[in-house]
Amino acid sequence: MQRFIYADNAATTKISKPVLDAMMPYLTEEYGNPSSIYAIGRKSKRIIEDAREKVAELLGAEPREIFFTSSGTESDNWALRGAAEALKAKGKTHIITSAIEHHAVLHTVKALEKEGFTATYLPVNSEGFVSVSDIENAITDKTAIVSIMFANNEIGTIQPIKEIGEICRKKGVYFHTDAVQAVTHVPINVKELNVDMLSLSAHKFHGPKGVGIFYLRKGVRINNLLYGGGQENSRRPSTENTAYIVGAAKALELGISEMEKREAHLKKMRNRLWEGLKDIPRCRLNGSLENRVSGNLNVSFEGVEGEAILLSLDFKGIAASSGSACTSGSLDPSHVLLAIGLPHEIAHGSVRYSFSEDITEEDIDYIIEATKEVISKLRAMSPVWEKIKNEE
Amino acid sequence: MLYSDKVLDHFTNPRNVGEIENADGIGEVGNAKCGDIMKMYLKVDGGIITDIKFKTFGCGAAIATSSIATEMIKGKSIEEALKITNKAVVEALDGLPPAKVHCSVLAEQALKSAISDYYKNQGIDPAPIVGEIGDCEACHEHE
Repeated sequence: MQRFIYADNAATTKISKPVLDAMMPYLTEEYGNPSSIYAIGRKSKRIIEDAREKVAELLGAEPREIFFTSSGTESDNWALRGAAEALKAKGKTHIITSAIEHHAVLHTVKALEKEGFTATYLPVNSEGFVSVSDIENAITDKTAIVSIMFANNEIGTIQPIKEIGEICRKKGVYFHTDAVQAVTHVPINVKELNVDMLSLSAHKFHGPKGVGIFYLRKGVRINNLLYGGGQENSRRPSTENTAYIVGAAKALELGISEMEKREAHLKKMRNRLWEGLKDIPRCRLNGSLENRVSGNLNVSFEGVEGEAILLSLDFKGIAASSGSACTSGSLDPSHVLLAIGLPHEIAHGSVRYSFSEDITEEDIDYIIEATKEVISKLRAMSPVWEKIKNEE
Repeated sequence: MLYSDKVLDHFTNPRNVGEIENADGIGEVGNAKCGDIMKMYLKVDGGIITDIKFKTFGCGAAIATSSIATEMIKGKSIEEALKITNKAVVEALDGLPPAKVHCSVLAEQALKSAISDYYKNQGIDPAPIVGEIGDCEACHEHE
């Protein structure tokens, strides 16, 4: 049998067995609508409130500050649009974010700009960090909200969220963080981090796709994104997806309870991979090795194109990801890699490996060998590599 | 991104990869900034393309189109080779995803550029024979 190594856990993860088991009753026999008055309805309602209490406890929040949504994307949209629309009447029409946010944030801010809001996109340094003083300097009396992602999805950089939160609190502006890539990898306590809003997505931590979590600190007033029934305390209408909500809470519980042990393993595996790859000539690590999500490694190989690397790795049974234009669906390579200062041609040759706890040393060694073979095969047919060698 | 088996075959086992020493014509098109560069080497004997090799920096589709284009060109007269359109290359690959069609344009341009270079080396003005090579459309959108 051909080997299969899934090294794209930042894209999505495999649903875990205990999570699936926890969900199954609500996909089969326990189908009651949580808004219904009779017993099977009440049972669904109870189970959702249990999930909410569990999530709140795990994040250091209160149950009434936790809302279940359809995705991380919806949570991000809600935070930004909800805050912008609510504060517009007070003359607060300015949004601050970073150049390396997920498109769920960036494209929402772009849409708000078209509607008359103004935005500041803060640059990042070569390792992907925003500067806390840049944020402080960008805040004006018109600023409604600051949105900075906790950990970057491509290069894994972990931002100084607590410090950013302090500044925003002091200046009286709302602070939202997209923590989709951070949760279950770094400790998150919303009170300690001074965040007003936080977005999570269950499928990034071995839960189901199609369910997100939104933390909204009590007292923070934002508009609703959707209008409809009275679900989620009349903040987020639509019939609750009981099974997915149960799955999200279970996955979060498991992810956080086993975090320390798992992160230590992931860090070891990721460092082993980098140690093995860094001898390849003309390759570079994208992001920081210290303040980085444990299971993420992003490397650029000069003279080769990312999609060709991914296809070749796929033939060797390795699933990974790239920031090349050909995989981004646009003509430009990843905005994150460009923002950290990579030239286009080097950004095209990037590969992101992201692991989950089942990754072994043997897998890593196989990935190292496979990557070396693929890079040298593609370089042998690359006129760009030929040019680089001739200039050496 | 769904590639046909033909594309995957030509990507995995590309034909005619490499360079030709003392080539009669060399053409290079594309831009590393856009993520595709194609270079073609020709050997011409009595108006026939007797050998062709390529080197490509680019995605799976770029490598596959280079490979199949060289197969289609090898052994043909220059006249016949110039009639090979990017559409014929796409058809020979059993189709390309819409976002990748520009790769086949690049293959057509690389060939034309190599043939132009051949004529220039012969002291012949290639423009009336080869015509306009055109720009890489992807690069246009960068500007």
